[in-house]
Amino acid sequence: MTAPATANAVQEDAAGQVLAFPASETARATRDSRPLRLITCGSVDDGKSTLIGRLLWDTKAVKEDQAATLRRDSSGKQNDLGLPDFALLLDGLQAEREQGITIDVAYRYFSTDRRSFIVADTPGHEQYTRNMATGASTADLAILLVDARVGLLEQTRRHATIATLMGIKQFVLAVNKIDLTDYDRARFDQISHEFRELALSLGVRQVTAIPLSALKGENVVYDGRASMPWYDGPTLVEVLELATTRSSQTVGFRLPVQRVSRPGESFRGYQGTVAGGSVKPGDSVVILPSGMVANVTKIVTFDLVRNAAVAGDAITLVLDRQVDVSRGDMIVAIDSQPLTGLAFDAQIVALQPDGIQPGKRYWLKSGSRRQRVQVQPASQLDLKTGKWEPAEQLAMNAIGKVHLAFDEQAIFDPYEQNRTTGAFILIDPDTNNTVAGGMITAKRSALGGIHTEDARVILSLPADLADQLMATELFAARREDAEVRRVSAGRASEIIDTIDG
Amino acid sequence: MPLTHPETELHNPQSTKPPLDPHLKALENEAIHIFREVAAEFDRPVMLYSIGKDSSVLLHLARKAFYPGRVPFPLLHVNTGWKFAEMIAFRNEIVKRYDLDLIEHVNPRGAAENVTPFSHGSALYTDIMKTEALRQALDAGQYDAAFGGARRDEEASRAKERIYSFRTPDHRWDPRNQRPELWNVYNGMVRKGESVRAFPLSNWTEVDIWRYIQAEDIPIVPLYFAKKRPVVERDGMMILAEDPRLELLPDETKREEVIRFRTLGCFPLTGAIRSEATSLDDIISELETATVSERQGRAIDRDQSGSMEKKKREGYF
Repeated sequence: MTAPATANAVQEDAAGQVLAFPASETARATRDSRPLRLITCGSVDDGKSTLIGRLLWDTKAVKEDQAATLRRDSSGKQNDLGLPDFALLLDGLQAEREQGITIDVAYRYFSTDRRSFIVADTPGHEQYTRNMATGASTADLAILLVDARVGLLEQTRRHATIATLMGIKQFVLAVNKIDLTDYDRARFDQISHEFRELALSLGVRQVTAIPLSALKGENVVYDGRASMPWYDGPTLVEVLELATTRSSQTVGFRLPVQRVSRPGESFRGYQGTVAGGSVKPGDSVVILPSGMVANVTKIVTFDLVRNAAVAGDAITLVLDRQVDVSRGDMIVAIDSQPLTGLAFDAQIVALQPDGIQPGKRYWLKSGSRRQRVQVQPASQLDLKTGKWEPAEQLAMNAIGKVHLAFDEQAIFDPYEQNRTTGAFILIDPDTNNTVAGGMITAKRSALGGIHTEDARVILSLPADLADQLMATELFAARREDAEVRRVSAGRASEIIDTIDG
Repeated sequence: MPLTHPETELHNPQSTKPPLDPHLKALENEAIHIFREVAAEFDRPVMLYSIGKDSSVLLHLARKAFYPGRVPFPLLHVNTGWKFAEMIAFRNEIVKRYDLDLIEHVNPRGAAENVTPFSHGSALYTDIMKTEALRQALDAGQYDAAFGGARRDEEASRAKERIYSFRTPDHRWDPRNQRPELWNVYNGMVRKGESVRAFPLSNWTEVDIWRYIQAEDIPIVPLYFAKKRPVVERDGMMILAEDPRLELLPDETKREEVIRFRTLGCFPLTGAIRSEATSLDDIISELETATVSERQGRAIDRDQSGSMEKKKREGYF
């Protein structure tokens, strides 16, 4: 990783045949860590495809025959370094090649001696917010690309906001095309300062800014010291190698039950992937939503009977007594239980042309649990200003706050605390398509009272009062803070009586 | 290794092997999760079994996912009649050893019309004997989910395919209109006749497959290991010259070479590589310095640009 960038230029003979590839440094990969999942975001001309192409090329993830295909397809489109057009390597679908744009999320794989990486490569256009949200849902880290000549764009704020909402806490600001500013240090410092302020406003603390040239391969895999002696920070790959993968081990034990294994009369095990915390034989657990209690007797896997399992492990759990457990239930730690209830608040990203219709009943799937839900949009994020504006329905690509109302008990953790048990998708029962991705923010309390988790007030008022209140200007400005429910006068007095005790 | 385990036997003789490294463990956990999810959500799942290394890993993961129970779905082998003889012998042994349900399907039209890679060309042959045959077999079994061993690192159009890849009743894939897939929450809702192809190995790379085969001691077809074998040079590929149906053209000669295969398919369409790799260690170190991709030896991928995407749209795996 310390060779100068010029050492990895590809040599070609007159026929365009590839003769040599970047010097190999193939020590056997030890891979003592989990793969890092990352997402790359940038607008059309920031050089995103070139950056990913460069990462794949310099880590030797591109093979000769793929390069030859590339060469065949990119005839005449080579850049001034004699390198193939990396974008063609990435844009795999024919429509994308024809239109020269990236339509969909694509996944790329590369590895260094220290770690392997899964890159969700997502399109930059505004209309593809949904694709970015999809790629970000599994990512541990986001690379935001900006053109050094242009600096931060509205787009940059939008991407950073979406990534933050989806739970990403580590950011790399890749200040690309720094070569085209004559390696202007002041320019780089200014852009990275601006970005840090933006990141702080989003509550993001882990930011690394790197000046780089994806085209020339400077500060991507190989350092760019020869051109930028003033930069002594890490290369992009060095940052990726040291980034942390997310872990759900700090919260209580969660096992969403995928299936019940009953191969014979003498064995009954509950199969699933641990979605949080850890478990060992002897632990007391609760089965939700039934609330029944049991103790863990065994953790069974193909390899051995284990004495513990942690978040991420696919296991089969055996309990000490006959309890009714079925797919969709959750087995959880007795002393640290998730939220259960019929009403929750969430943030969602609308993914389909029909958007999200208020009051429509969708299927909600979270983990292995699927149930009917009614979705009521409350507000929508204005990605330009970062402010939430009142909204009654959500169009495609909109990010909104919604209320979820269930017929049967739902089980969640806040997404902030658990990216598995706090996440869900919405499925349109008419089309069976996935129409939204969502993140639980809080449980909503029943009628009346001020609810602590979201500081949102629910006002239960007789219908005439409710209408008067909602018509006032004062209320219009505070719609996000309160929800008004119309009830009959009789019901209102009942509620007041209950509160008064 | 014993040939079968009693169904509820919890002690596995492999328990002495060292634990998987965190990278492979994460990939294994993800694959097991997908297997269980599909098996629980769909009425009639089936696993496509092609006998190659990826299928071997897929089968191993299926056995792990449902242990101590049996694999709760059949294996489907779409046979073209032109597979390497060693592949078929291996398949039969594995089915017996692990007590699996195997369904074998050969396209009756292809057999009746004597469609061969020599007489019909690789594109038409693949279309009839693989793509059409697969559609026939899936229709016959009324399967609503089919596991496949495809990996996203194999080919550009696969890089965009979902883990649950939705198919219309006529098995078509619409790459421009795929269902979004967020977190590990999979949408398994299909109508009658529609189906899903599920890819538990989506996030694995070729090196991961080999390192996992080594770590888990998974049996594979011996053709992956280098040995002196008879070959003939054709269309820039070295193909195995063992099958009596292979007729040599006037300018071709059979010769012995130390070769192995990086992928296995139909022998007339699969190119061998010169290699000295006789062990998994050898193969892995060969791979780590390799400069060509594994599908380079596959004639069918090179028919035309975007050719895999085209085949996949029509129902090919």
